[in-house]
Amino acid sequence: MFDGLLLLPVGLEAQGWLWLALVASGLYHGVNPGMGWPLAVSAGLMEKSPRALFRALWALAAGHLLATLLVLQPFAFLLVLAEWQRSIQLGASLLVIGFGVYRLIERRHPRALARILPTQLALWSFAVAIAHGAALMLVPIYLGLCRAFELDAGHEAAGALMKASLGMAVLVSLVHVAAMISAGGCLAWLVYRYLGLRFVSRSWFNLDLIWAASLILVGVVALAFNLASEH
Amino acid sequence: MTMRPDPTFHASPKLATEAPAENFAYTLLLRPDFSKPDALAVIDVKPGSPTYSQVVHTVTMPNKGDEFHHFGWNACSSALSPLAGHAFIERRYLIIPGLRSSRIYIIDTKPDPTKAKIHKIIEPEEVFKKTGYSRPHTIHCGPDGIYVSTLGGGKDGTSGPPGVFIMDCETFEVLGRWEIDRGPQTLHYDFWWNLPRDYMVTSEWGLPPQFENGIVPEDLLSNKYGHRLHFWDLRARRNVQTIDLGANHQMVLEVRPAHDPVREYGFAGVVVDTTNLEGSIWTWWREGGKFHAEKTATIPPEPAAKEKLPPLLQGFGAVPPLVTDIDLSMDDRFLYVSCWGTGEMRQYDVSEPRKPKLAASVHTGGIVSRAPHPNGKAYAGGPQMVEISRDGKRVYWTNSLYSTWDDQFYPDGVPGVEVMANVGRNGGLELDKDYFVSFPDGYRAHQIRLEGGDCSTDSFCYPSA
Repeated sequence: MFDGLLLLPVGLEAQGWLWLALVASGLYHGVNPGMGWPLAVSAGLMEKSPRALFRALWALAAGHLLATLLVLQPFAFLLVLAEWQRSIQLGASLLVIGFGVYRLIERRHPRALARILPTQLALWSFAVAIAHGAALMLVPIYLGLCRAFELDAGHEAAGALMKASLGMAVLVSLVHVAAMISAGGCLAWLVYRYLGLRFVSRSWFNLDLIWAASLILVGVVALAFNLASEH
Repeated sequence: MTMRPDPTFHASPKLATEAPAENFAYTLLLRPDFSKPDALAVIDVKPGSPTYSQVVHTVTMPNKGDEFHHFGWNACSSALSPLAGHAFIERRYLIIPGLRSSRIYIIDTKPDPTKAKIHKIIEPEEVFKKTGYSRPHTIHCGPDGIYVSTLGGGKDGTSGPPGVFIMDCETFEVLGRWEIDRGPQTLHYDFWWNLPRDYMVTSEWGLPPQFENGIVPEDLLSNKYGHRLHFWDLRARRNVQTIDLGANHQMVLEVRPAHDPVREYGFAGVVVDTTNLEGSIWTWWREGGKFHAEKTATIPPEPAAKEKLPPLLQGFGAVPPLVTDIDLSMDDRFLYVSCWGTGEMRQYDVSEPRKPKLAASVHTGGIVSRAPHPNGKAYAGGPQMVEISRDGKRVYWTNSLYSTWDDQFYPDGVPGVEVMANVGRNGGLELDKDYFVSFPDGYRAHQIRLEGGDCSTDSFCYPSA
């Protein structure tokens, strides 16, 4: 019982950092032009209405949210297999690292993305989040947050555990997308209203390498935590 | 792969007009007798430069008989498409198709235009094998690759139907045919698009047997050249509508959509009306989900004595204006119309796109008028390929149409020249006395491309407003 109390502050601190990482990943995805804020600017300008800009942001958010949920969901189900938790976490870390390495080597962007209609913004946002591993980047953070349930997983029924982990998947997705669309939305609005289109090309940096490195970093950090906490 | 978008990529047409002026003009040179290879000339157009208006570098090709015609860039402002999300390619390579040979040259213009060199050659067999098309013509840089229109297809590449194929903009690999459903389209010439509105427009000239050995008068008089415009769903790659301008409107050549993508209209030029020898400008637009086209300007033929006319025209006793090229300024305000037969360059104010107003005109050459350049030098042929600077202040043009056609309309020869006219703040056109480029003996000049993009290369994904 005392052991439990001693562990609590440490666990809380780690959880705090994970939530922070989650928000940071949202901001990071949001400001990346590859995740869609220039599309909201374009929509606003093409229809000469700020409403079109916000409509586009909603569509982008919906697509990103769907992609995140879709990727987190299988892990939420897997977490029910309580005794396999560690393997799942290790596997997920390796998967994210592997995808990062793949993005490093295969630098070409999937041509299929260019075939999506300009009017299908939600589909575009969904496809981009999947193809670039944006949603995958959240998996280690999500699994880390779910460790809060693990501590007493033994006492919980499988049903309750699944409910908790699915709930966490929804919460993680919502928090991430809220951060993402706030950052992207602010940028889109600033460009639309104040900065002008010149900012589109000026602000656009090639994030390919940094993006791939981010995936690898997230995976490696998660892996390190897993291995460290084994002892 | 670069870290930042190429500084010559612009989000909107307005930003393109505000960019620094061009320092170089690239011009294609063709050898009409095929005795020497065709070439790319690099011309110094920087005012005040000691080599201003001179060819400062020439890239000569290793083959003969390619017949250079049109060309374009590997990448342009369309790379800033918010849908592509990947703007890190350079405007660096010129894609030059041989219209006669079907060979495609890739020219590297970096590190300096005066050191431009051949980067890659795509042999005709590869084009035939991978696309089933021949006679590559118009080049446009799309957000997902280089689009190339062709004039020939079928078993031997001289029957139809021709179409569009796509090339990779970094490896220059020929990827394959673009269209999935061509509908009634059987002829091809030019094409362009509105990227955010997701449509393409294509035009019609004729099949290779109708142009390679010269214009076929019987085909023209029986209205067998192209006379239709085709409208396509760009991403679905489907022909969604075909508009027949009427069989007498022979040869629908350049297609010039408004640069600002909120404007859903554009223009097309018709070479000749076989009922009265007029040239005409057509305005097309989209309204209520449908495309429409109407004749919005006509240019009459000029009567001429039989002995002053080439044999081809003697029966008519008149010179047709022959609208062989049109080009729209970046602000969508002025449309320039080459009247290659009568030797006139017309400037139309198209602020009201369905009511073009003739704003100015200058004369160079002409079958009968043979107007010399204001600097006193002779100008054979007529105004033909026209290119406008991004800021709209300078209009460049050359004088040759196509090797065998030049000989029919201008039997005395068409030595290549390139001239430039200055545009006033509110229109007006005045030939620049100091800009007159002559090319090596035996060469003719065709399309012009300006360093950093011009009014017929770049397409934009954001509106100017």
